[in-house]
Amino acid sequence: MMLSDTARQKIQDVRKLYPSARGALLPALYIAQREHGWLSPEAFRAVSRELRIPEATVRGVASFYAMFHKAPVGRNVIQLCTNVACMIMGAESLVDLISKTFDVQPGGTSPDGRFSLIIMECIGACGTAPAMLVNTDFHENLTAGNILDILERYK
Amino acid sequence: MEKALLANIENPRSREAAFYVEKGGYESLKKALEMEPKDIIEMVKKAGLRGRGGAGFPTGMKWMFASGDPKFPKYLVCNADEGEPGTFKDRPILERNPHLLIEGMAISGHALKAEYGYIYLRGEYPEAKDILDAAIREAEEKGYVGDNMMGSGKKFRLVVHQGAGAYICGEETALIESLEGKKGQPRIKPPFPVNVGAWGMPTIVNNVETLSNLPLLIRVGPEAYAQIGTPECPGPKLFCVSGHVKNPGVLELPMGTSLKEIIFDHCGGMKNGKKLKAVIPGGISTPVLPPDKIDCPMDFVNMPKHGSMLGSGAVIVMDESVCLVKVCYRAIKFFEHESCGKCTPCKEGVIWLRKILGRIEHGEGREGDVDLLVQVAANMSGRTFCPLGEGAASVVQNFVKHFREEFVEHISRKGCPLP
Repeated sequence: MMLSDTARQKIQDVRKLYPSARGALLPALYIAQREHGWLSPEAFRAVSRELRIPEATVRGVASFYAMFHKAPVGRNVIQLCTNVACMIMGAESLVDLISKTFDVQPGGTSPDGRFSLIIMECIGACGTAPAMLVNTDFHENLTAGNILDILERYK
Repeated sequence: MEKALLANIENPRSREAAFYVEKGGYESLKKALEMEPKDIIEMVKKAGLRGRGGAGFPTGMKWMFASGDPKFPKYLVCNADEGEPGTFKDRPILERNPHLLIEGMAISGHALKAEYGYIYLRGEYPEAKDILDAAIREAEEKGYVGDNMMGSGKKFRLVVHQGAGAYICGEETALIESLEGKKGQPRIKPPFPVNVGAWGMPTIVNNVETLSNLPLLIRVGPEAYAQIGTPECPGPKLFCVSGHVKNPGVLELPMGTSLKEIIFDHCGGMKNGKKLKAVIPGGISTPVLPPDKIDCPMDFVNMPKHGSMLGSGAVIVMDESVCLVKVCYRAIKFFEHESCGKCTPCKEGVIWLRKILGRIEHGEGREGDVDLLVQVAANMSGRTFCPLGEGAASVVQNFVKHFREEFVEHISRKGCPLP
């Protein structure tokens, strides 16, 4: 999987916003991840070539951050918060509900490739807990009654 | 109190520059650009503004240090990493009032003679990224920021840099490492970022809320600003309240408002008629308080006198149905996940704390486990590289201090006594 010309151009554009090529590494990893949904070994190689940063460095940095996917993910990524504010409002039962309904374990992907489920550490929606991000959409005030309808919209 | 930080955010046009200007926006920047940088710094010192990220360091002093360093370029970095669990106070500014932050940063950029500002935005706020990018583009097009700020000939460029899910990057030196494209592990201090920060240059890292206070401060002047809040900690403060209250959400109140008043007056009290059991007043790292200890003014100076800290002003309210051993266990699982791996007391300490708490919670606690918890925490405290490990130790110490009985009961009854 090579990076498209558009993605490569985006990386070169973002490079100009920083005094060093290394500064553009996180934005470049995001650009690569958006292209294929995850960061494959080829994607690491491409980012490394584009910014002229050693591949081992690129991988090392990516491995530190939870939001870079180092393995393939489903078509939709559910990021459900279970930290204290969400937990005391019932987030844990939602994890079980999602797992059973869509056959997906925390940290895994459903066999049909529709959903990946990631347990998050506070997504800043504590006043409207429990909350989740599906791809880049916030969904708040979740209950066992509304969460499945919300997820049904993601195919 | 008239709102300054959350002014007009309910309006559907609140993100537009034109609307912001209609409401008097960018007037403070205009005023600031006519002032000498050193006079602005003096004004911020006089107003007594303290950093709103959690540490409460006097902003004017931080600015003075960076400004006094002869090295150029200087960088301004806005800490929008808001990762402290329970915290969602900056989100309304980022998503609904972006021009307030941009104006605050431009004022700060002029005062510090910094031509480049980076907003380090947590990866968990993808919507805010698009909103900020659009607002910056609009502010550049209208000439509020850019190569010639409001015709002053001064340059200030802004870039939104997205984090990728690492709590430690809220710590300012880890944030700088991450901005430079490295793993977000904290640096040794000194040198402090004000002298050796991003790319080795003098760097100011200020929280979103701190920077968003500047337009108000410049508009009303330091004397009037210092009248808001408490004498040691002036100004308005954002409190974000979650958990079992009737009306959770973000509130803008004078600094020093009592925790009790926040919960029972401003948030309508407890939900479903249940009794209050415990409050975490300033984000998960701050010491938990029992119900009889919440009559305390929420500011950086008074909270430590009452056994806790203001932190980020993130109030998590828990009613009698909550198992505090489970909360403590979940909190430590968080610290274990987020420990950056740089120093041993934190990296190893959080694993042991999690293991002991896990067996207590699951009914496999052993006699002496509560003392063992306290001992492990004490061995971490004061020995970790940065405040993350310190926070983890303090969580355990304070849950045990106030709610020891509950831990003991879990061990003696081999599990949670609550339904």
